[in-house]
Amino acid sequence: MVELHLILLFMIAAAVIAVEVKDLLSGVVAIGAVGIGLCMAFLMLKAPDLAIMQLVVEILSLIILIRATIRKDIPFSVSGRWVFNTASTLLFMAIFLLAAYFTLKTIPAFGNALMKVSRFYIDNAVSKAGSENVVAAIVVNFRAYDTLGEVAVLFTAIIGVLAIARSAGKARGR
Amino acid sequence: MQKIHEEPGMTLIVKTVTRITLGFILLYGIYITVNGHVAPGGGFVGGIIVALSFVHIMLAFGKKVALKRLHSNMLRIFISVAALIFLLMVIGPWEHRYSHIAIPLFEMAIVGGGLFAIFIALVLLSKFDKNSE
Repeated sequence: MVELHLILLFMIAAAVIAVEVKDLLSGVVAIGAVGIGLCMAFLMLKAPDLAIMQLVVEILSLIILIRATIRKDIPFSVSGRWVFNTASTLLFMAIFLLAAYFTLKTIPAFGNALMKVSRFYIDNAVSKAGSENVVAAIVVNFRAYDTLGEVAVLFTAIIGVLAIARSAGKARGR
Repeated sequence: MQKIHEEPGMTLIVKTVTRITLGFILLYGIYITVNGHVAPGGGFVGGIIVALSFVHIMLAFGKKVALKRLHSNMLRIFISVAALIFLLMVIGPWEHRYSHIAIPLFEMAIVGGGLFAIFIALVLLSKFDKNSE
Protein backbone atom coordinates (compact mmCIF):
# COMPACT_ATOMS: atom_id res chain seq x y z
CA MET A 1 0.00 0.00 0.00
CA VAL A 2 3.03 2.27 0.38
CA GLU A 3 3.49 2.56 -3.39
CA LEU A 4 -0.09 3.78 -3.69
CA HIS A 5 0.69 6.52 -1.20
CA LEU A 6 3.83 7.40 -3.15
CA ILE A 7 1.75 7.73 -6.32
CA LEU A 8 -0.80 9.87 -4.47
CA LEU A 9 2.00 12.15 -3.25
CA PHE A 10 3.32 12.36 -6.82
CA MET A 11 -0.15 13.31 -8.05
CA ILE A 12 -0.53 15.99 -5.40
CA ALA A 13 2.91 17.40 -6.24
CA ALA A 14 2.08 17.44 -9.95
CA ALA A 15 -1.24 19.17 -9.25
CA VAL A 16 0.49 21.85 -7.18
CA ILE A 17 3.04 22.33 -9.97
CA ALA A 18 0.23 22.57 -12.53
CA VAL A 19 -1.42 25.35 -10.52
CA GLU A 20 1.73 27.24 -9.61
CA VAL A 21 3.79 27.15 -12.81
CA LYS A 22 3.79 30.29 -14.94
CA ASP A 23 3.97 28.66 -18.37
CA LEU A 24 0.59 27.41 -19.60
CA LEU A 25 2.06 24.54 -21.63
CA SER A 26 4.01 23.30 -18.60
CA GLY A 27 0.78 23.39 -16.61
CA VAL A 28 -0.96 21.22 -19.19
CA VAL A 29 1.91 18.72 -19.11
CA ALA A 30 1.73 18.64 -15.31
CA ILE A 31 -2.01 17.89 -15.54
CA GLY A 32 -1.09 15.01 -17.84
CA ALA A 33 1.28 13.76 -15.15
CA VAL A 34 -1.62 13.80 -12.67
CA GLY A 35 -3.69 11.71 -15.08
CA ILE A 36 -0.94 9.16 -15.63
CA GLY A 37 -0.48 8.89 -11.85
CA LEU A 38 -4.21 8.25 -11.49
CA CYS A 39 -3.95 5.54 -14.16
CA MET A 40 -1.16 3.84 -12.22
CA ALA A 41 -3.18 4.10 -9.01
CA PHE A 42 -6.14 2.40 -10.74
CA LEU A 43 -3.82 -0.37 -11.95
CA MET A 44 -2.54 -0.86 -8.41
CA LEU A 45 -6.10 -1.05 -7.06
CA LYS A 46 -6.85 -3.83 -9.61
CA ALA A 47 -9.21 -1.86 -11.82
CA PRO A 48 -7.82 -2.36 -15.34
CA ASP A 49 -10.98 -1.08 -17.06
CA LEU A 50 -10.68 2.24 -15.34
CA ALA A 51 -6.93 2.32 -15.94
CA ILE A 52 -7.33 1.88 -19.70
CA MET A 53 -10.12 4.48 -19.75
CA GLN A 54 -8.06 6.97 -17.75
CA LEU A 55 -4.94 6.50 -19.90
CA VAL A 56 -6.75 6.89 -23.21
CA VAL A 57 -8.90 9.83 -22.13
CA GLU A 58 -5.83 11.51 -20.67
CA ILE A 59 -3.88 11.18 -23.93
CA LEU A 60 -6.76 12.48 -26.03
CA SER A 61 -7.49 15.43 -23.75
CA LEU A 62 -3.77 16.29 -23.61
CA ILE A 63 -3.56 16.25 -27.41
CA ILE A 64 -6.69 18.40 -27.71
CA LEU A 65 -5.42 20.86 -25.10
CA ILE A 66 -1.96 21.20 -26.62
CA ARG A 67 -2.77 21.05 -30.32
CA ALA A 68 -6.13 22.71 -30.59
CA THR A 69 -6.50 25.25 -27.83
CA ILE A 70 -3.10 26.58 -26.80
CA ARG A 71 -1.81 28.97 -29.42
CA LYS A 72 0.55 31.07 -27.35
CA ASP A 73 1.44 31.65 -23.78
CA ILE A 74 -1.43 33.50 -22.17
CA PRO A 75 -0.30 35.61 -19.22
CA PHE A 76 -2.46 35.64 -16.15
CA SER A 77 -2.24 37.88 -13.13
CA VAL A 78 -1.65 36.48 -9.69
CA SER A 79 -1.56 39.80 -7.90
CA GLY A 80 -4.36 41.86 -6.44
CA ARG A 81 -7.10 41.06 -3.92
CA TRP A 82 -4.92 38.61 -2.08
CA VAL A 83 -6.83 39.06 1.18
CA PHE A 84 -10.10 37.99 -0.42
CA ASN A 85 -8.41 35.17 -2.34
CA THR A 86 -6.67 33.74 0.71
CA ALA A 87 -9.76 34.04 2.90
CA SER A 88 -12.03 32.32 0.38
CA THR A 89 -9.45 29.58 -0.22
CA LEU A 90 -9.15 28.90 3.51
CA LEU A 91 -12.93 28.95 3.92
CA PHE A 92 -13.54 26.45 1.14
CA MET A 93 -10.69 24.24 2.35
CA ALA A 94 -12.25 24.17 5.82
CA ILE A 95 -15.71 23.33 4.43
CA PHE A 96 -14.29 20.59 2.23
CA LEU A 97 -12.21 19.03 5.01
CA LEU A 98 -15.15 19.07 7.44
CA ALA A 99 -17.50 17.48 4.91
CA ALA A 100 -14.87 14.89 3.98
CA TYR A 101 -14.27 14.06 7.66
CA PHE A 102 -17.94 13.46 8.44
CA THR A 103 -18.52 11.58 5.19
CA LEU A 104 -15.48 9.33 5.42
CA LYS A 105 -16.42 8.36 8.99
CA THR A 106 -19.69 6.77 7.87
CA ILE A 107 -18.61 4.78 4.80
CA PRO A 108 -17.10 1.31 5.28
CA ALA A 109 -13.35 0.90 5.50
CA PHE A 110 -11.15 0.66 2.42
CA GLY A 111 -11.39 -2.75 0.79
CA ASN A 112 -14.45 -3.86 2.79
CA ALA A 113 -17.26 -2.70 0.57
CA LEU A 114 -20.91 -3.47 1.30
CA MET A 115 -21.94 -6.24 -1.09
CA LYS A 116 -25.73 -6.20 -0.94
CA VAL A 117 -26.62 -5.28 -4.54
CA SER A 118 -23.32 -5.92 -6.26
CA ARG A 119 -23.25 -9.54 -5.08
CA PHE A 120 -26.13 -10.16 -7.52
CA TYR A 121 -24.08 -8.79 -10.40
CA ILE A 122 -21.06 -10.90 -9.55
CA ASP A 123 -23.12 -14.07 -9.20
CA ASN A 124 -25.20 -13.61 -12.36
CA ALA A 125 -22.74 -11.99 -14.76
CA VAL A 126 -22.02 -15.15 -16.73
CA SER A 127 -25.39 -16.88 -16.49
CA LYS A 128 -27.69 -13.96 -17.19
CA ALA A 129 -25.55 -11.53 -19.18
CA GLY A 130 -23.29 -13.99 -20.96
CA SER A 131 -20.25 -11.87 -20.30
CA GLU A 132 -17.17 -12.90 -18.35
CA ASN A 133 -16.07 -9.35 -17.64
CA VAL A 134 -18.29 -8.26 -14.75
CA VAL A 135 -17.72 -4.58 -15.49
CA ALA A 136 -18.87 -5.01 -19.09
CA ALA A 137 -21.83 -7.09 -17.92
CA ILE A 138 -22.96 -4.33 -15.56
CA VAL A 139 -22.34 -1.48 -17.97
CA VAL A 140 -23.93 -2.87 -21.12
CA ASN A 141 -26.44 -5.35 -19.75
CA PHE A 142 -27.67 -4.87 -16.18
CA ARG A 143 -27.45 -1.12 -16.38
CA ALA A 144 -27.74 -0.53 -20.11
CA TYR A 145 -29.97 2.47 -19.51
CA ASP A 146 -27.08 4.11 -17.66
CA THR A 147 -24.97 3.61 -20.76
CA LEU A 148 -27.78 5.11 -22.83
CA GLY A 149 -27.79 8.15 -20.57
CA GLU A 150 -24.02 8.45 -20.74
CA VAL A 151 -24.04 8.28 -24.54
CA ALA A 152 -26.89 10.80 -24.62
CA VAL A 153 -24.88 13.21 -22.46
CA LEU A 154 -21.81 12.74 -24.66
CA PHE A 155 -23.87 13.16 -27.83
CA THR A 156 -25.39 16.37 -26.50
CA ALA A 157 -21.93 17.68 -25.62
CA ILE A 158 -20.66 16.83 -29.12
CA ILE A 159 -23.65 18.56 -30.73
CA GLY A 160 -23.05 21.61 -28.56
CA VAL A 161 -19.35 21.85 -29.41
CA LEU A 162 -20.03 21.34 -33.11
CA ALA A 163 -22.77 23.96 -33.09
CA ILE A 164 -20.52 26.54 -31.44
CA ALA A 165 -17.31 25.73 -33.31
CA ARG A 166 -18.75 25.10 -36.76
CA SER A 167 -17.16 26.76 -39.74
CA ALA A 168 -20.32 27.09 -41.86
CA GLY A 169 -21.65 30.44 -40.66
CA LYS A 170 -18.33 32.07 -39.92
CA ALA A 171 -17.73 33.55 -43.38
CA ARG A 172 -20.85 35.71 -43.12
CA GLY A 173 -19.68 37.49 -40.02
CA ARG A 174 -16.49 38.78 -41.61
CA MET B 1 0.50 10.61 -51.04
CA GLN B 2 3.40 10.73 -53.46
CA LYS B 3 4.57 14.25 -52.79
CA ILE B 4 5.15 13.98 -49.09
CA HIS B 5 7.74 16.69 -48.82
CA GLU B 6 5.38 19.36 -50.18
CA GLU B 7 2.55 18.66 -47.77
CA PRO B 8 2.30 20.26 -44.34
CA GLY B 9 2.78 18.22 -41.25
CA MET B 10 5.65 16.63 -39.44
CA THR B 11 8.90 15.15 -40.74
CA LEU B 12 9.34 12.16 -43.02
CA ILE B 13 10.17 9.88 -40.10
CA VAL B 14 6.89 10.63 -38.35
CA LYS B 15 4.94 10.19 -41.57
CA THR B 16 6.50 6.82 -42.34
CA VAL B 17 5.96 5.50 -38.82
CA THR B 18 2.39 6.80 -38.90
CA ARG B 19 1.71 5.02 -42.18
CA ILE B 20 2.91 1.75 -40.66
CA THR B 21 1.25 1.97 -37.24
CA LEU B 22 -2.04 3.56 -38.29
CA GLY B 23 -3.83 0.36 -39.23
CA PHE B 24 -2.66 -1.36 -36.09
CA ILE B 25 -4.02 1.41 -33.87
CA LEU B 26 -7.38 1.29 -35.65
CA LEU B 27 -7.43 -2.50 -35.38
CA TYR B 28 -6.57 -2.32 -31.69
CA GLY B 29 -9.49 0.03 -31.05
CA ILE B 30 -11.91 -2.35 -32.78
CA TYR B 31 -10.37 -5.30 -30.93
CA ILE B 32 -10.82 -3.63 -27.54
CA THR B 33 -14.41 -2.83 -28.45
CA VAL B 34 -15.56 -6.25 -29.59
CA ASN B 35 -13.48 -8.05 -26.95
CA GLY B 36 -14.79 -5.96 -24.06
CA HIS B 37 -16.91 -8.75 -22.57
CA VAL B 38 -13.97 -11.06 -21.85
CA ALA B 39 -11.15 -8.58 -21.30
CA PRO B 40 -10.83 -5.09 -19.86
CA GLY B 41 -12.09 -2.48 -22.26
CA GLY B 42 -15.35 -1.54 -23.88
CA GLY B 43 -17.01 0.75 -26.33
CA PHE B 44 -15.88 4.03 -24.84
CA VAL B 45 -12.19 3.10 -24.72
CA GLY B 46 -12.26 1.55 -28.18
CA GLY B 47 -13.99 4.61 -29.57
CA ILE B 48 -11.34 6.90 -28.16
CA ILE B 49 -8.57 4.73 -29.61
CA VAL B 50 -10.29 4.85 -33.02
CA ALA B 51 -10.52 8.64 -32.69
CA LEU B 52 -6.84 8.76 -31.71
CA SER B 53 -5.88 6.89 -34.89
CA PHE B 54 -7.52 9.64 -36.97
CA VAL B 55 -5.98 12.31 -34.75
CA HIS B 56 -2.68 10.60 -35.51
CA ILE B 57 -3.23 11.14 -39.26
CA MET B 58 -4.10 14.76 -38.67
CA LEU B 59 -1.05 15.43 -36.49
CA ALA B 60 1.36 13.73 -38.88
CA PHE B 61 0.03 14.69 -42.32
CA GLY B 62 -1.82 17.93 -41.69
CA LYS B 63 -5.54 18.54 -41.75
CA LYS B 64 -6.09 18.38 -45.49
CA VAL B 65 -5.13 14.72 -45.76
CA ALA B 66 -7.19 13.85 -42.71
CA LEU B 67 -10.26 15.69 -43.95
CA LYS B 68 -9.86 14.11 -47.40
CA ARG B 69 -9.96 10.71 -45.76
CA LEU B 70 -12.96 11.42 -43.56
CA HIS B 71 -14.98 14.51 -44.32
CA SER B 72 -16.54 16.51 -41.53
CA ASN B 73 -20.13 16.40 -42.80
CA MET B 74 -19.91 12.67 -43.38
CA LEU B 75 -18.65 12.34 -39.82
CA ARG B 76 -21.69 14.18 -38.46
CA ILE B 77 -24.11 12.01 -40.42
CA PHE B 78 -22.23 8.94 -39.18
CA ILE B 79 -22.52 9.99 -35.52
CA SER B 80 -26.19 10.83 -35.86
CA VAL B 81 -27.09 7.54 -37.54
CA ALA B 82 -25.13 5.61 -34.90
CA ALA B 83 -26.91 7.50 -32.11
CA LEU B 84 -30.34 6.80 -33.65
CA ILE B 85 -29.58 3.09 -34.02
CA PHE B 86 -28.32 3.01 -30.44
CA LEU B 87 -31.50 4.66 -29.20
CA LEU B 88 -33.73 2.29 -31.17
CA MET B 89 -31.76 -0.70 -29.96
CA VAL B 90 -31.96 0.25 -26.29
CA ILE B 91 -35.55 1.49 -26.23
CA GLY B 92 -37.03 -1.15 -28.50
CA PRO B 93 -36.96 -4.88 -27.85
CA TRP B 94 -33.41 -6.10 -28.26
CA GLU B 95 -31.72 -9.42 -27.64
CA HIS B 96 -30.31 -9.16 -24.14
CA ARG B 97 -27.67 -11.82 -24.48
CA TYR B 98 -25.89 -10.08 -27.32
CA SER B 99 -26.06 -6.58 -25.93
CA HIS B 100 -22.42 -6.79 -24.83
CA ILE B 101 -21.43 -7.05 -28.50
CA ALA B 102 -23.90 -4.66 -30.08
CA ILE B 103 -23.95 -1.80 -27.56
CA PRO B 104 -20.14 -1.29 -27.49
CA LEU B 105 -20.04 -1.18 -31.30
CA PHE B 106 -22.44 1.75 -31.50
CA GLU B 107 -20.86 3.35 -28.46
CA MET B 108 -17.52 3.12 -30.26
CA ALA B 109 -19.02 4.77 -33.34
CA ILE B 110 -20.52 7.64 -31.34
CA VAL B 111 -17.51 8.23 -29.10
CA GLY B 112 -14.88 7.86 -31.82
CA GLY B 113 -16.68 9.93 -34.39
CA GLY B 114 -17.74 12.55 -31.90
CA LEU B 115 -14.37 13.14 -30.27
CA PHE B 116 -12.65 13.29 -33.66
CA ALA B 117 -15.30 15.78 -34.81
CA ILE B 118 -14.63 17.90 -31.71
CA PHE B 119 -10.90 17.75 -32.43
CA ILE B 120 -11.48 18.81 -36.05
CA ALA B 121 -13.75 21.66 -34.97
CA LEU B 122 -11.28 22.97 -32.39
CA VAL B 123 -8.32 22.70 -34.79
CA LEU B 124 -10.21 24.48 -37.56
CA LEU B 125 -11.32 27.12 -35.08
CA SER B 126 -7.84 27.94 -33.82
CA LYS B 127 -6.16 30.89 -35.45
CA PHE B 128 -2.76 29.21 -35.65
CA ASP B 129 -3.89 26.87 -38.40
CA LYS B 130 -5.64 29.60 -40.36
CA ASN B 131 -2.42 31.57 -40.64
CA SER B 132 -0.46 28.58 -41.85
CA GLU B 133 -2.96 27.89 -44.61
